[in-house]
Amino acid sequence: MPISILMPALSPTMSEGNLAKWHVKVGDTVSAGDVIAEIETDKATMEVEAVDEGKIGRIVVSEGSEGVAVNAVIAWLLEEGESESDIPADGGGAPAPKPAPEAANAEAPKAEAPKPAAAPAAAAAPAPQPSSGGRVFASPLAKRMAEQAGLDLGSLKGSGPQGRIVKADIEAALAGGAPKATAAPAAAAPAQAAAPALGAAPSADVPGMPDYEEIPNSGMRKVIAKRLTESKQFAPHFYLTVDCEIDALLKVRKQLNDKAGDGVKLSVNDLVIRAAALALKQVPAANASWTEKAIRIYKQVDISVAVAIDDGLITPVIRDAGSKGLKQISAEMKDLATRARDRKLKPEEFQGGTFSISNLGMFGIKDFAAVINPPQGAILAVGAGEQRPVVKDGALAIATVMSCTLSVDHRVVDGAIGAQFLAAFKKLVEDPLTMLL
Amino acid sequence: MADTQFDVIVVGGGPGGYVAAIRAAQLGLKAAVVEREHLGGICLNWGCIPTKALLRSSEVSHILHHLDAYGFSAKDISYDLKKVVDRSRKVAKQLSGGVAHLLKKNKVTVIDGHGKLAGTQGGLRKLDVTKDGKPVGTYTAKHVILATGARARTLPGMEPDGKTIVTYKEAMVPESMPKSLLVIGSGAIGMEFASFHHDMGCKVTVLEVVDRILPAEDEEISAFAQKQFAKQGMTIRTGVKIGKLEKTGKGAKATVEAGGKTETIEVDKVILAVGIVGNVEDLGLEGTKVKVEKTHVVINEWMETGEPGVYAIGDIAGPPWLAHKASHEGVICVERIAGVKGLHPLDVRKIPGCTYCRPQIASVGLSEAKAKAAGYEVRVGRFPFVGNGKAIALGEPEGMVKTVFDRKTGELLGAHMIGAEVTELIQGYGVAMTLETTEAELMHAVFPHPTLSEMMHESVLDAYGRAIHF
Repeated sequence: MPISILMPALSPTMSEGNLAKWHVKVGDTVSAGDVIAEIETDKATMEVEAVDEGKIGRIVVSEGSEGVAVNAVIAWLLEEGESESDIPADGGGAPAPKPAPEAANAEAPKAEAPKPAAAPAAAAAPAPQPSSGGRVFASPLAKRMAEQAGLDLGSLKGSGPQGRIVKADIEAALAGGAPKATAAPAAAAPAQAAAPALGAAPSADVPGMPDYEEIPNSGMRKVIAKRLTESKQFAPHFYLTVDCEIDALLKVRKQLNDKAGDGVKLSVNDLVIRAAALALKQVPAANASWTEKAIRIYKQVDISVAVAIDDGLITPVIRDAGSKGLKQISAEMKDLATRARDRKLKPEEFQGGTFSISNLGMFGIKDFAAVINPPQGAILAVGAGEQRPVVKDGALAIATVMSCTLSVDHRVVDGAIGAQFLAAFKKLVEDPLTMLL
Repeated sequence: MADTQFDVIVVGGGPGGYVAAIRAAQLGLKAAVVEREHLGGICLNWGCIPTKALLRSSEVSHILHHLDAYGFSAKDISYDLKKVVDRSRKVAKQLSGGVAHLLKKNKVTVIDGHGKLAGTQGGLRKLDVTKDGKPVGTYTAKHVILATGARARTLPGMEPDGKTIVTYKEAMVPESMPKSLLVIGSGAIGMEFASFHHDMGCKVTVLEVVDRILPAEDEEISAFAQKQFAKQGMTIRTGVKIGKLEKTGKGAKATVEAGGKTETIEVDKVILAVGIVGNVEDLGLEGTKVKVEKTHVVINEWMETGEPGVYAIGDIAGPPWLAHKASHEGVICVERIAGVKGLHPLDVRKIPGCTYCRPQIASVGLSEAKAKAAGYEVRVGRFPFVGNGKAIALGEPEGMVKTVFDRKTGELLGAHMIGAEVTELIQGYGVAMTLETTEAELMHAVFPHPTLSEMMHESVLDAYGRAIHF
C-alpha cells in the first residue's frame, strides 16, 4: 500500500501553506530523514523530511502551489514492489472532503432561476483566481468545475496543450484529494477577493515608465504588504521621540563583555531589548493590543525583534523578555537571527509578540518611525548611537546619543502612557545598572 | 535493391493509413504504406467521397423538381445515370491521385500489394507483401500499424448477388435506376442511399429492425428524420423482423413481419446496409497476441494491440466507423510511437458524425437519453430552422438544432442537428467541446447574421431560457 505524504502543520494554528520547492522528483528513492520538500508559511520556510523510505510515486501538489491545506496529500511514496497504479484512485484518505452534495444541490436552483437575468449573472461569476496571482491557463469548464469544488487552480498542473488545466485534471484532482482552496468554497470567495485589492497598485501601470523586471511576490512579501497596509489603514499612528545618552550603557556593555567570556558578546540591541522589556513591565498599559471589544493588556512581555533577511524581514520573538537576563536574551537573539536568515524559524518563533523593536542603528540611521506590527500596540524604532553636542549643567558637552521613536496605536495607548513608557525606557538605558537588577 | 526496412509500416492506405504514414514522415520516421487496391481506401474510392458526389446530383434533382419555388420553370427534366456515376468516379479518382501525390511529397514509400505479418527478425516486425498471390517482398519495421478497414456485413439468408441484392460498393455504380428499392438497415449508409434513390425518382422502402431509424442519433432527431422522409414519400418501416429475402424474375422480394402480421415487399433492387465487419483476415494475426473480437482488433487507448510493435487504427479497430476517427487515431498512434509529449487519447465523445441524406444529420457527443443514462442532470436547448432567417431564405425551413448541457457545470455534453447544411456546422460544437467551453462562452460568441449558424447560438440560449428568435 503506497504511503501518503501529507502537508505538515508547522504550528498548531497553521491551516495552510505553500509548497515552495520539491527536492525530489517522481522516481527518486528516499530514506527516512531525507529532505524532500520545503514548505513556506507566512514567514518561514521549513524543510519536510521523509518519514519512511521508498520511491516517490506521484507528486500530487506541484512546486509553487499556494494555499495547500494542512493534511492534504502532497505526494505518494511507493514501497518496494509497488508501482504508481497502486496509488488509490480516491487519493486514499485525503482529508479534503468532496463537495457536499447539499452544496451542489443548493447551487442548482440558483443557476436555474426562471428569471432569465439570473443565468448570465451566474455565468459571469468570476472563476476563482489562483492564489499566486499569476495567470493560470484553464479551460472554461475546468475553471467552473474548480470553482464549484472549491479547488485552487493554482495548485493544479495542467495536462492540456501548453499545460492548460482541463476537465480531466480537475477530475483527477478531485479523485486524488488535491488541496482545497479552503474547506468551504463560499468562504474562499471573500478572502480571495480581498487579496487582489491589496496587490492593486494603481500607480504602477501609468504610461512612461521605464523597462522593468518583475520579481514575483514571495509569501513573505505578500504578508508584509498585507499586514503593514492593514496597520497603516486601521491603526492611528502617532510618534514620540526621545534622545538617550548611552555612554554609560556602552561602558557597562564593554565591562560585561570583557568579563563574561565564553563567546558572550552583548550587543547594544540586547540591552535595548532588556530595557524595553523592563520598561513595559513598569508601564504595562503600553504592552497592549486593540480589539473591538476591549483593550488587552498582556501579562507577559514578548518582544518581537525585526531582523532583515534576504527579500524581506521577519520578527522573531524573545518570549517573556522581562524575566530574562542579558546573557540569555543575547544568546536567544543570536540564535533566532541566524536561523531567521536561513529561513529556518518555526512559526511559533516568529508569530505573536506583544511589542516590537526595530533597530536601524547599525546602518547609521539617526532616527526613524516604524510601522506598528499588528495586533501589537506599539513599536520602538532605534537609531544609531552617535556623539552629539549636548547641554549639561548649562554647558556644552559631548555625549553619545541614541534617538528612539515610539510608534503608538492611539486606539490602545494615549500620549501620556507612551511618554511614561519612553521615560522608563530612557531611565533604564541611561542608568544601565538598574537594568541588571 | 529496394528499401525494405522502415520505422513504421502502415498496412492499408485509407484515411487512417495514409494520414498515419504522412504524420510519421513529418515526425522524421521512415514510413511506408502497403495498399492492395487504391490509395484513399474505401472512404475515398467507395464510400464518403463518391457518395457525396452522387448525393450532390440527387440534390440537384430535388431542386430541379422544385424550381417553381425559386421562380424558375423547366420542361423535360431528365438525367443520364451514367454521367451521374461517371462524375462520382471522377471525383474519387482525382482525390485518390491526390493522396498518391501527398505520400510522395512526404517521402512515404507506397508498396503495392497485400501485407501480412510474418513474425519478427532481429527485434523488427516482418511483413510479407504479395500481389495477386505472388510475393512482392519482405519488409521489416519497428512498428506495424494495421489499418485495413472494414467491409459490408452480410447476413445469412440475405447474401448479395451484386446485381439485384447489393451492398454499398455495387450501389455506388448503378447501371440503371430501379423503379423501386428496398434498403435494409437505416444507419448512415442506408439512409444516404435511400435519400439518393428517392430524390432520383425511385420508390424507396427502408426496413429497420429496431424501433427507429438512424439508431445512433438522438431519439428526437431520429423521429424528426423519420417524419421528414415519410413526408417526402419514402416508406419507412421500423421495428420489423425481416424474414426471407429472395430473388424473383424481375427483382427481389422480402418477407417482413411486423405487429404479428407477415407481408411481402416486392422491389426491383435491394441494398443491404446492415453494418460492417473488420478486415482481419489474412493479416497473419494467427499465433500472435493480437486479439480479435467480433471481427475487430482489440486495442488500448494508444492503439496498441496485445502484440508489441503492432497497432491497429480505424475501422478494423472498431466503432465508430468514421474516416475522421481513423485519421485521428493514426495521428495519435504515430505521435505516441515518435514520443511526442503531452498526448491525450482520443475522446470518442468528441468525434462528430454526419449523415448526408436530405435532410442532413450531424451530431457530436451524448444524446439526451445517453447523457441522462450517464447520470447527468441535463439542460436541453432546441431551435427550429423555421426561426432562422437564412434557412427561410434558402427555402429550407425544416430542421432543428438541439444542444444538451450538464446542468451542474454547463459542460456541452452533446449537439444534434438535422436540416440543410448541418454537416458543415457541427464542427463549431466540436471545437467548443474540445476547448471545454461552457454555455457562457457559447453565449458570448458572436455568430454572423444571416447564417444557419445562428441557430447554434439560439439553441444554447434556449437551453438557458434565453432564446431570442423563438
